[in-house]
Amino acid sequence: MKELSTAKITQAVADLCVEACCRLPEDMRAAFENAKQSEPSAVGRDILQQLLDNAAIARTETVPICQDTGLAVIFADVGQDLHITGGDFTEAINAGVHKGYVEGYLRKSSVAEPLFERKNTGDNTPCVLHVRIVPGDSLRLRLAPKGAGSENKSVLKMLVPADGLEGVRKTVLEAVLAAGPNACPPMVVGVGLGGNMELCCLLAKRAAARDLLSKNPDPRYAALEDELLALVNNTGIGPQGLGGVTTALAVHVEWAATHIAQLPCAVNINCHAARHAEIVL
Amino acid sequence: MSEIKYITAPFDDALARSLRAGDSVRISGVILAARDAAHKRLCECLDRGESLPLDLTGHVVYYVGPSPAKPGQAIGSAGPTTSGRMDAYTPRLLACGLKGMIGKGYRKPEVVEAMKTYGVPYMAAVGGAGALISRCIKKYSVLAWPELGPEALALMEVEQFPAIVVIDCLGNNQYEAGQAPYKKI
Repeated sequence: MKELSTAKITQAVADLCVEACCRLPEDMRAAFENAKQSEPSAVGRDILQQLLDNAAIARTETVPICQDTGLAVIFADVGQDLHITGGDFTEAINAGVHKGYVEGYLRKSSVAEPLFERKNTGDNTPCVLHVRIVPGDSLRLRLAPKGAGSENKSVLKMLVPADGLEGVRKTVLEAVLAAGPNACPPMVVGVGLGGNMELCCLLAKRAAARDLLSKNPDPRYAALEDELLALVNNTGIGPQGLGGVTTALAVHVEWAATHIAQLPCAVNINCHAARHAEIVL
Repeated sequence: MSEIKYITAPFDDALARSLRAGDSVRISGVILAARDAAHKRLCECLDRGESLPLDLTGHVVYYVGPSPAKPGQAIGSAGPTTSGRMDAYTPRLLACGLKGMIGKGYRKPEVVEAMKTYGVPYMAAVGGAGALISRCIKKYSVLAWPELGPEALALMEVEQFPAIVVIDCLGNNQYEAGQAPYKKI
């Protein structure tokens, strides 16, 4: 059986933290360039250019694209034939977050408890960890740091089957309108459909963390992604909410089986600093 | 796009009232850095009848929680945070003489009313452009509550800090005016 040490996992997570927070994916950079060509608003074009300049500085100097380096959201797909050695898996992941955020000069935004003291943990742990057991003998780690400006605009609507496609359109549109400039547009909109309450939210999160140019493999849902993107870009919100046609760069939809009486719809918005980094060990 | 206005902080009353929604500005001078936790503590000082760590008169507050400075840097990434979270505290601070705000996003109607009462503009910096904006920040010094980490109350020396006036002291709103021509729903 293939073995993987927790020390290797820790180092990989630390590297992913810095990679994700300081180096905007190339597909996002290219999308800013394209949007700058098509955006009719002069203010909007100027903002897109500032985002390009910002990404270049962040990459060259290895400084965070955005000061809100988020909670560290980690998707771990663990091969069922992989043997993890040398200690506790979750501790190893959090040790990597500690190392990445402390040594990488990333902001520590995690408070230990939500209501009473809200004391900063000082190292951005604990991360938000989503584990799946999958076939194979490798470990896939995808880290998607998520800032609060966009996360705070998340929406869950427990739609019912009769609400149908129109209910989905309305939910997504209302979420984007309520988010406006707060969520730092141009945004990437993640939509979860189906499942139950908690699964639907996770689907939306996975959708928001997808590669920018990826499409849903089901052509019906891929077409829905295109339709929702056009809808969102008709709001006029534009870059930073100052007006224009570039409100979102993509809408991603993920879906799951659901109950005969349910059509849950979750919206998780990612800001233009739609950061993610991935490694397979 | 309008001609850029080069202005100095702290603001005097005439300057604050002269800024109009849609103006592009470059701010030089000294501004205050404060966000959620520092706002809460400022208002707790007022609740207890204590004096604030500094006189707010004329000051411009920047809603920011920077990332840590690397060796040789004045500050890490330092873009604006969402202003709406400060709305609950803002009218009281405007009454204490605060004369400008920099952040991003919508404000509540009661904040806009207080801005009209006290003659205060609200400006937006580009959210998520923290690496670029940090180049305009020449010095960052914690003034109070260092235990709050990135949420500490601090003073910043800035040079040509870029911002756009989104709500002016008359209540004109550039988010509304800017979006209207492109709204098709």
